[in-house]
Amino acid sequence: MPTQDEIYEKVAETLVDALGLDDDEVTPEATLVGDLGAESIDFLDIVFRLEKTFDLKIPRGELFPENLTAGDPELVQEGVVTDKGISMLKEKLPFADVEKFASDPKVENIGDLFTVQMVVNYLGQKLAG
Amino acid sequence: MRWIWIDRFTEFVSGSHATALKNVTLAEEYLHDHYPGFPVMPGSLIMEGLAQTGGILLGEKNDFEHVVILAKIPKLEFHSWACPGETLTYHAKLLESSEQGGMVECTATVGERTVAEAEIVFAHVDKTRPEAAAIDQKNFVFSMRLLGVMDVGKAGDGSTSITVVDN
Repeated sequence: MPTQDEIYEKVAETLVDALGLDDDEVTPEATLVGDLGAESIDFLDIVFRLEKTFDLKIPRGELFPENLTAGDPELVQEGVVTDKGISMLKEKLPFADVEKFASDPKVENIGDLFTVQMVVNYLGQKLAG
Repeated sequence: MRWIWIDRFTEFVSGSHATALKNVTLAEEYLHDHYPGFPVMPGSLIMEGLAQTGGILLGEKNDFEHVVILAKIPKLEFHSWACPGETLTYHAKLLESSEQGGMVECTATVGERTVAEAEIVFAHVDKTRPEAAAIDQKNFVFSMRLLGVMDVGKAGDGSTSITVVDN
């Protein structure tokens, strides 16, 4: 069972390879899309690499769920994620810092939930079984 | 000109790896422009050959049920070039595959000399999407079969078969 630091090192290496980054660009707080420039197809690449590196299977939508709010008016109103939406995010993204997002829950910030630390948290739990 | 950038498979192990050949010849028009007086196989077309080798490897694993498209080239390095009269050997190894797509690691060599190394990510496109209708992949594979390029197919268990068998 690898430590959090060991998982982080491997995740950082994976992101450097998948996104063509310099080593120092990856930090735990970095957001994959905003800070590291990941595009939709990169998520597929990242998942393949993580599966290979950590020798596990990542079911579709478990680590990087798509269309989280899907324009549902109960989840988003006037560009802001509702309380119900926040509960949904906590349920679907138990590894992300949803509390931080909830302090400014603009729908366009949803992508910021996908951080390097979120990936590390996910793998930590997954590897712990 | 047909958009077929491999001449023949010499090895095809379902769901694992495949090797294909591309003979470089001065009969090919583009070599006279790339470059005048110094004909070398364009890197982009070597890349295409690698993608066709890897794409067919992935497509065959799922019995060609998905439309396989090249989604991303995370790595591509050229170490050398290929000239008329030389044979490029494209080797692709399937690293990962899922319902959404797959990833291969490939090399292009001339004899012992490495010409290029690449990693390629493929995505599966839903056949019902309008963009997918324009992709004539089934016909591509079908005509490839007619050309006999798949005749070296091996099932995942190593047994030889005339048509490729699933794992």
